[in-house]
Amino acid sequence: MSAQMVVHNPMGYPPKVAGKPLASRLDTLNGRTVYIVDCRFDDSDILLKAVQDWFTEHMPEVKTVYKPISNVYTKDDPATWQEIKEKGDAAVIGVGH
Amino acid sequence: MSIDLKYGVPTVCLHTSMFTTVTQSVVRMNGVPRMRQVYLPHPVMGKTPAEIRAYVFGVSPVSGRPVMQEVVEGLTQSLNDEDRKGLSFVRSTPRLCEPASEADLQQLFLDNNWTDKLPIVLPTEDRVAAMLKHTSRKPDEVVGHHAATHFREVWQCTVEQVAVNAVMAGARPEYFPVILAIASTGVSARGSSTSSMAAMAVVNGPIRKEIGMNAGTGAMAPYNQANAAIGRAFGLLSQNLQGGSVPGDTYMGSMGNALAYASPTFAENEERSPWEPLHVQRGFKAEQSVVSVFMGCRAMAFTLGLRHAHWQDHVRNMMRGMDPSESPLFLLDPIVARLFMDVGGLKDKKAIIDWVVENARMPAGEYWDYQLIQNYKYPRATFGEEPLASKLRAAPDELIPMWTADEVNIAVVGGETNGYWRIVGARLAGTACIDDWR
Repeated sequence: MSAQMVVHNPMGYPPKVAGKPLASRLDTLNGRTVYIVDCRFDDSDILLKAVQDWFTEHMPEVKTVYKPISNVYTKDDPATWQEIKEKGDAAVIGVGH
Repeated sequence: MSIDLKYGVPTVCLHTSMFTTVTQSVVRMNGVPRMRQVYLPHPVMGKTPAEIRAYVFGVSPVSGRPVMQEVVEGLTQSLNDEDRKGLSFVRSTPRLCEPASEADLQQLFLDNNWTDKLPIVLPTEDRVAAMLKHTSRKPDEVVGHHAATHFREVWQCTVEQVAVNAVMAGARPEYFPVILAIASTGVSARGSSTSSMAAMAVVNGPIRKEIGMNAGTGAMAPYNQANAAIGRAFGLLSQNLQGGSVPGDTYMGSMGNALAYASPTFAENEERSPWEPLHVQRGFKAEQSVVSVFMGCRAMAFTLGLRHAHWQDHVRNMMRGMDPSESPLFLLDPIVARLFMDVGGLKDKKAIIDWVVENARMPAGEYWDYQLIQNYKYPRATFGEEPLASKLRAAPDELIPMWTADEVNIAVVGGETNGYWRIVGARLAGTACIDDWR
């Protein structure tokens, strides 16, 4: 039998993961404002505008607002999130990794 | 995720199918069992508006259901108990592995993705203890934090954990302060960018000679133990101290990058350079030992010498071959450093950098059409950040600078066997004083 060796584990320390609840969903989108949020990555503007077109064509009772984020997608954008919270009811964001 | 989890707005996230595993992994690590995520075909980039419309109006390649039906349901379908509670868990990292034979441990490290797929030096307690003797820092002291990308969870590492990875890389104990300094920058040599980045490290100051680093012939090649082992340690500590680097999950580099095997690490040839060293340019004293960490290493241009008649044209051609989103790092053999002075009339690094900023230009229309410029600079320009905002106001055929002075770096390296030189697309991502980690 080969000699037994004791070695260190090379991994670092992971953070503790604390559960976060999802926001409550809406009963209906009718008459509600949905922000279509463009994270400005790899032609996402074309895709998000197609999402907006779909709502216009299939659910015209939904008001949509196309909203590009205020910076590159790697940066948090609290001003935009606050605007959506105050003026919107829901959000669709893309296109992300 | 912030809009939904922090601001309380019901949100659906759109991703492409290539990112199914990674995006679901990211939300779990953020305490959410199941974000409302909808997957479209991949890729989006380069597709026509008609093709992208077909994505949105079509079915998801992941679920086989209509994309927009999933979007609407994601905003309106009731949450279950799990959604309301979230996902909480604690993971631990055992200090030691279960005892096993050498062969079984090599296989364990390989199977757990703890290596660069080459054999490693097993980090026995004795070897790690020997490494720890070359720093005054305590083994349990926190060195820094690492993450595979900005949106992934951030892991923490201690001096001992860095030592473990240094042993694995084949580092001699006297290299340890350099490796600790690199770890302290928090820069990951195993970034998950789809662009397939690699890291590079330049060492300045007295420690270069103390530990026998190479700044001369073959400095960036596998001919010096310190250069090689420190670079390998940079890679291994990055992947293990950030929680992994696994293709499809924590690593998404599409092509990969062979430079990531080495994370090329070398000393600047201060003795043969006619100019002040890189770390002195950055405000350190010449007698301090410092490591500068660069990220990118995707693009590279090279040539031989500087010709009297057309050197400016040749260098402009090299620079125009770079993606303008890349910051250029000029790696000059000492022969070339002197040519920039004698042929180019540029007397120091600052003069070269000023010349680069003035001469690396392209039409504004071309500049703004680069995909990476669109992704990372155009958004900043539209919200007024200078000098990007001014560049955005330029007419399409106006020649605008590709780079600003603070994006350009120069290091002198090489053994003067000839006057070859390179421009590497690599941004300065971190600098740390090695003396702080002795």
